[in-house]
Amino acid sequence: MIEVKHIIKQYPEKRALDDVSATFNAHETTVILGPSGSGKSTLLRTLNLLERPTSGTLALNDLTINFEAPIAKKEIFNVRQTFGMVFQEKALFAHLTVLKNIIEGPVQVKKESVAVATKKAEALLERFGMTELAARYPSELSGGQQQRVAIMRALAMQPEYLLLDEPTSALDPELEAQVLHVLKELATQRTSMIVVTHNLGFARQVADHIIFIENGQIGYDGSAEGFFSATDNRIQQFLNAMSF
Amino acid sequence: MTQFIQLAIQYLPSLLMTAITYTLPLTAISFILGLIFAILTALIRIAKLPSETVAKLIMSVLKTLAAFYVWLFRSTPMIVQLFIVFYGLPNAHINFFANAWVSAITVFSLNTGAYASESVRAAILSVPKVQKEAAESLGMTNRQVYWRVVLPQAARISIPPLSNSLISLLKDTSLASVITIVEMFYLSQQIAAENYKILSMYVLVAMVYALLTTILTVGQHYLERYTSRFTI
Ligand SMILES: Nc1ncnc2c1ncn2[C@@H]1O[C@H](COP(=O)(O)OP(=O)(O)O)[C@@H](O)[C@H]1O
Ligand SMILES: [Mg+2]
Repeated sequence: MIEVKHIIKQYPEKRALDDVSATFNAHETTVILGPSGSGKSTLLRTLNLLERPTSGTLALNDLTINFEAPIAKKEIFNVRQTFGMVFQEKALFAHLTVLKNIIEGPVQVKKESVAVATKKAEALLERFGMTELAARYPSELSGGQQQRVAIMRALAMQPEYLLLDEPTSALDPELEAQVLHVLKELATQRTSMIVVTHNLGFARQVADHIIFIENGQIGYDGSAEGFFSATDNRIQQFLNAMSF
Repeated sequence: MTQFIQLAIQYLPSLLMTAITYTLPLTAISFILGLIFAILTALIRIAKLPSETVAKLIMSVLKTLAAFYVWLFRSTPMIVQLFIVFYGLPNAHINFFANAWVSAITVFSLNTGAYASESVRAAILSVPKVQKEAAESLGMTNRQVYWRVVLPQAARISIPPLSNSLISLLKDTSLASVITIVEMFYLSQQIAAENYKILSMYVLVAMVYALLTTILTVGQHYLERYTSRFTI
């Protein structure tokens, strides 16, 4: 379980997160919803310390990080090992082939041998039916293939949680479906995932847990069924805005 | 015209030989050293100030030195730098620079480094932020992020400006003639002084420079084409 408490992220002009507390359970898919600019990415990136909030705490396993105190390199490393991250787009290492993208973390960070890491990467590629793409460069893949490789690169590190920040927002619907299909399969296997998305259909089908953020504050935190049947005005407004 | 061809046949071999033994080695050695200076300078100028006091002080000093270095070499003519290093410094008993090759390579590489550092810096800054974040999220150290992800991509981005630097450097090695190095241009001067075919000799040597820089330009073209797949 991951727990954030009283997170505040203050930019000079804007409070991106305003006293956010939430927990994320293992073996569940948590979907973070909210209008754009509401603080979804900031919350997600706080979990793996790409973002450093002004105050609050992050607790995972036996580690607690207080954002008002300096964070040791070792702690940053441990937190980052807990999570694998998939970005919206263009995050595959452009100068490396698909295979090398996948083994980069295991070899450089986990110090696995190239041979062992390659075996595992090949198994991943096989599992997702992408073996033929191993030798290609990211520029030679479709957006959907790029995102699936990005998911594999994250999985190759065997993180406890996968973080995905709008992994399909840059894709055409047909390519989006390929990626969502992979995520759905991961969800079925009880992979721990935290996904920021605008795809309500995906949230409805796959989410075990929904967190709705508005203006840096949590507007809903609970089950997916609860969210979609909520009578709360702001949730209604959001759902209406999303479905024209 | 036939005269010129005869002249070319007569002197091309020795000009090309001098290119191989002087111009090209001067260029290659100075460029490689210059690249090292450029990368170090760019990294220092881009680095964030650490929070720890001593480290912060050291880094501030390094940043000032780096900025001063770039300013110094970009704001003075290379021929003046050559005179100061080769004629001036030994005169002040800094005998290390009494050797013309040492002086030439020092000035050429520092000069190239100063200019190229700006290209390298711009290239590093233009690597998309998400590439860095992806590396960080894997748990890479800062050093790994830079050497394994940012710099390789910056290298591709900096091929065009660095090719310019290399081509300029190749032509600028002709300045080594002013500090007694008999490189290709100096040789052509010597030959012209003997045979009085002044125009033809200088046109001939210009053609050899053009040939060499054209080869570099073609190389740049292929390198750009080859690396164009390493971009998203
Ligand atoms: N570097 C920054 N400087 C200033 N404001 C920022 C910065 N990054 C994000 N913000 C602001 O913080 C708010 C939340 O951003 P973000 O978490 O990216 O929103 P979301 O992912 O929900 O669209 C936005 O209003 C955004 O403008
Ligand atoms: Mg966002």
